Amino acid sequence: MPLSPDSRQAAGIASPSALAPLSLRHLLVHGLEVTLANTVISGVLSAINGNPFGPTLVYGQCIGLCIWALIEGGRRMLPLRPSGWPAGWRGVALLAVACPLGYAIGLTIADTIYGHSNWPAYLSKPRRILLDFGPAAVFCAVVAGAFYARGQAREHRAQIAAATHAATLARLDMLQSQLEPHMLFNTLANLRALIAVDPPRAQEMLDHLIAFLRATLAASRQQEHPLADEFARLDDYLALMRVRMGDRLHTRATLPPELAALAVPPLLLQPLVENAIKHGLEPQRGPGELHVEAALDGATLVLRVADTGRGLEAAAQARAREPAAPSSGFGLAQIRERLQTLHGDAARFTLAARDGGGTLAEIRLPVAPSRPPAIDTP
Amino acid sequence: MTTALIAEDEPLLAQALHAELARAWPGLQLLERAVDGDDAVERALSGRPDVVFLDIRMPGRSGLEAAEAIVEEWPDDAGALPLIVFVTAYDQYALQAFERAAVDYLQKPVQPARLAACCARLRDTLALRAAARNAGAAPAAADDAALLGRLRTLLAAPAEAAPAPLAILQASIGSTLHMIPVDEVIYFEAADKYVRVVTAEREALIRTSLRELLPRLQAERFWQIHRGTVVRADAIATATRDDSGKVFLTLRQRPERLVASRLYAHLFRAM
Repeated sequence: MPLSPDSRQAAGIASPSALAPLSLRHLLVHGLEVTLANTVISGVLSAINGNPFGPTLVYGQCIGLCIWALIEGGRRMLPLRPSGWPAGWRGVALLAVACPLGYAIGLTIADTIYGHSNWPAYLSKPRRILLDFGPAAVFCAVVAGAFYARGQAREHRAQIAAATHAATLARLDMLQSQLEPHMLFNTLANLRALIAVDPPRAQEMLDHLIAFLRATLAASRQQEHPLADEFARLDDYLALMRVRMGDRLHTRATLPPELAALAVPPLLLQPLVENAIKHGLEPQRGPGELHVEAALDGATLVLRVADTGRGLEAAAQARAREPAAPSSGFGLAQIRERLQTLHGDAARFTLAARDGGGTLAEIRLPVAPSRPPAIDTP
Repeated sequence: MTTALIAEDEPLLAQALHAELARAWPGLQLLERAVDGDDAVERALSGRPDVVFLDIRMPGRSGLEAAEAIVEEWPDDAGALPLIVFVTAYDQYALQAFERAAVDYLQKPVQPARLAACCARLRDTLALRAAARNAGAAPAAADDAALLGRLRTLLAAPAEAAPAPLAILQASIGSTLHMIPVDEVIYFEAADKYVRVVTAEREALIRTSLRELLPRLQAERFWQIHRGTVVRADAIATATRDDSGKVFLTLRQRPERLVASRLYAHLFRAM
């Protein structure tokens, strides 16, 4: 009657073969649990009916173990949920078949042991079947239910663990996309070169790198920060890139003072600026310009990142040509997701070709009621 | 006098490599730096350096594409091919490919010890070349063959998942869409952002790159013979090798001749 929840926590529905192989230990433990349950049931039944305990126990064990064997066998032939129980109607069907069948087989075995048959009595008075089988079926359902609940709890715990795991992975992905090793090593190589030829500039570059790293690591904890901070972090990154790209990179930032205190999610613009450089300006021959701009359109804050790089189409072609090349997919998906979570459909993100070549990324989001600036007066 | 070319788009890194090379290899004469992949090809072909340091991620052509073009277009009278050293900051895939192809590479930031070892190796190779030349042997033929082999391995980096082979190409000519069975194509030729598809009767342009198309063709039927040409093997009638190592192909159903570059000339040998 009982079900042993399987220890393997596969996602969704596992195939029958995904069930843990028949281990002796596993079978022994569950056999013991079943035997124990049978003994308790037999005791209760014999107390209720006034029958002697010995024969009731033998019948109880024979029937209980048979039902368990059928269920255990059935579970190995059906697709299972991670709880160890077959999905949907199959689980109910398994119980509906295993209970009466196991009852009949167990009864026959016990009859054989005692050298007498219950069947003629059952066949002549079908009511007796209900009387004897009824309580057995109820107990069977109760025990199966208990084991099922145990499996469910385990599945639930596994789901929570999986969700936590996924969230951690997403954070790691975000960190890794921002601390992209290629960017990091190239920056370090530049820093190493600068130390030899221009120590003060090297120091300045190192300060930008430190601020950039600090902001990146903090962004996954912070909910929001003022737009002015966002622009300052962008400037750290752009300062690094200006050192690396030399006179190939020209940058411009426009932040009207009245917008400086507006709250925005941290590093919202960062992936856009990185993409503009990585996919637009850096791979393009010759110099280019990047313009980051914040503006107010009624009650909507408009943030734009425009570049004069090689454009979306050329970038897509290059990616198709070199599958190992960096993809911007993750950063963009992440921006959409963050905007959706914070503002639902009220926020919009578009990426389009810019008039006159290059790419224009635009985020529109409702202006949050401006908070008084945090206590950061010196 | 040994000469070298540095192709690196980041000015400080080029400057640093220049300085490190001056220390590790005092006699080395450096040509003016190439600022991107296309510039590297131009400067290598005109300056004909003995050694080329190629950054992998550069504007325009990548370092790998630049190497391919340099080797294919290297003038016949310019002697042995230049030795090529790839430089990269961090490219997991590239590093694996470099190891597999056993090409020389440096990682940024360039470590002086690593650079010194690299320079020693390059000098040995160049000294052997000079010795062979003085002994009147064929100019570094074995050397070049080895370099070509390594580059081929590098260029044939496996696609992660082989896509389904193409059966039909859809090409518009004017306002009509032509359905061209791949089996009828005699050769494909790269043309800027397009690929020219040539059959016995007609030719058409499709909007893709040869590099995207190549994994979708059956490798045993369609042979790459040049960085810009892929030909159906059974459409080739004859192959004639000239003194420089280039191979000229005539075709069964087309009058034009195709050229197989020295990277792919090894495909044409008598059985």
